[in-house]
Amino acid sequence: MKFANTTVPQEVQKENSPQLSKRQIWNKVFKGVCFTATAFSIAMLLILLVRIVTQGAGFLDWGLLTNFASRNAEDAGLLAALAGTIWLMLVTAPVSFILGVGTAVYLEEYAPRNKFTNLLQTNISNLAGVPSVVFGLLGLTIFNRLMGMGASVIAGGLTLSLLVLPIIVVASREAISAVPTDVKHASYAMGATKWQTIFRIVVPTALPGVLTGTILALSRAIGETAPILVLGALTYVASTPSNLFSNFTAMPVQIYNWTGRPQQEFQDIAAAGIIILLLMLLVMNSIAVFIRSKFQKRF
Amino acid sequence: MLCLDYINKEEEVGLNFKKVWMIPTFATLAVFASACGGGGEEPGGSEESSGSEGSGEESAGQEGGGSGDIAIDGSSTVFPIMEAVSEEFQQEHGDIEAPVGVSGSGGGFERFIAGETDLSNASRPIEQEEEEALEEAGIEYTELELAYDGITVAVNTENDFVDNLTFEELSQIFADGSDAQNWSDIRDSWPEEPIDIYAPGTDSGTYDYFSEAVLEEGDINREAQLSEDDNVLVNGVAGSQNAIGFFGYAYYAENQDSLKAVPIVPEEDGNEGIEPSEETINDQSYPLARPLFTYVKNESLQQNEDVVEYVRFMNENAGSLAEEVGYVAAPEEVYEENAQKIDEVVNQ
Repeated sequence: MKFANTTVPQEVQKENSPQLSKRQIWNKVFKGVCFTATAFSIAMLLILLVRIVTQGAGFLDWGLLTNFASRNAEDAGLLAALAGTIWLMLVTAPVSFILGVGTAVYLEEYAPRNKFTNLLQTNISNLAGVPSVVFGLLGLTIFNRLMGMGASVIAGGLTLSLLVLPIIVVASREAISAVPTDVKHASYAMGATKWQTIFRIVVPTALPGVLTGTILALSRAIGETAPILVLGALTYVASTPSNLFSNFTAMPVQIYNWTGRPQQEFQDIAAAGIIILLLMLLVMNSIAVFIRSKFQKRF
Repeated sequence: MLCLDYINKEEEVGLNFKKVWMIPTFATLAVFASACGGGGEEPGGSEESSGSEGSGEESAGQEGGGSGDIAIDGSSTVFPIMEAVSEEFQQEHGDIEAPVGVSGSGGGFERFIAGETDLSNASRPIEQEEEEALEEAGIEYTELELAYDGITVAVNTENDFVDNLTFEELSQIFADGSDAQNWSDIRDSWPEEPIDIYAPGTDSGTYDYFSEAVLEEGDINREAQLSEDDNVLVNGVAGSQNAIGFFGYAYYAENQDSLKAVPIVPEEDGNEGIEPSEETINDQSYPLARPLFTYVKNESLQQNEDVVEYVRFMNENAGSLAEEVGYVAAPEEVYEENAQKIDEVVNQ
């Protein structure tokens, strides 16, 4: 608007003034709509946070992190769930990162542009929208039953990897395609092969974007309840996983169970559990932000 | 330009070889990473030994890697009792693990039929189909009653006109396709206000039980607000003046200030409504009292000492632990009968 006011000569502005004021009104309306949309989502977030924090903050203590679940809300803790979630991430992070980035590199750098790859790309994007329960059923059929892994950490981790794979592929492809062609050409001009170019130029340049995408995808995996419940994850375990084939429970499963209990005290510790889960997410997301700002290269 | 074209062509030629290599390389990397990504101290090759044959996978969790000596799964309603039993059991027998899963009554039986679990919890008796499937799989089992729950029908505290309900009236209110829209359609003296219905979701054992006991296997009114989370139902009924809903007794017991339980008139005799309470549920005079079960695999009882230990412990303590988590203990005879059943199977 400022632009219009300062540069349009007086007479012209007068001549077009009905037209112009109409446009200015639209400009204001649109700005208002965008502002309302933002304010609405921020308000929702705030309401959620305030509600959870006021309900749960008083119940945060070390016992919550060092005790196993219990029928008494005062003694109940998240130890098994916390350990289960960490084990899940130890499987999910490397598997989904390697498979996801590998797929993205192949699709961006190697795959010929034909109908088949187009189809592949559309399908990967669509896969990101498949309900998570469906991945749970897939995990139950393939990992748990067919491959005989049972409802183990590795079966859960692989299921979550499949769930977040499309997100990582899409994010990594964006990052890789944003690597300037000039830089790649410069590498070729130095006599580098395609392999060398990809590993020394393309992937390192795209890495901040790739890692950001990966961490955001993992943040989603950490909060998923449905797929691991369907897979057959336990709800009460009084031990932490000892290896990849141990049974497990996870943070969202434990929290979900507590919120469904009739006793108010369980709902309070569920809120405290949610705060811990939110803190974990916050830490992961700040790592993503840090990586992006620290390692981003500009050409 | 020419130069760039040249490079691109060169790439295409040079890379067919690498394209093929990419796939197995990443696949191996992935497998490798998944194997050592999680700490890498797994006992050698345990995943192949358990359950790769399909039929012979008795309690996959047992050999799967040391944890989960007793495999328990099933109803979410029974879960708090089993959690309490396992918690107490493990204090006495630290080396035996008894983790509990929640797959729902039906989902639990599915795993029980597949031979994956030793104990299957259910908030309803086993269905005929499930019995047949178990017979086909050659799995014998023993049914044990753990405790009682009373399905509580509740209205808003401001509702001062409903002082009891008969089965017929319940059916009028909750059945799908019923003409009753307003409270006045149930009894003439009641106000002409629309009935606001809250009921558990179709996956829950509570829904199944109500449908069988009250609606003669019929469905629940399609206009009802269904939720798998009983706390949502409690809040719904507590927040709406014309609401009615039903849920487990524990949810009523915890929210007595904001709900009013409706006395239910028994089907056969009497005109007097019976209110749900620990006594009326325990002696089963409350018409909507229902038993909660666990089903034990006989083979586990005969071959696994730990399971015997656990089941006996459970039978001795289920009553008092059930009361602690909000249910009602069964009469003493029930537990005595259970103990006999267990002995019979063990000594077979």
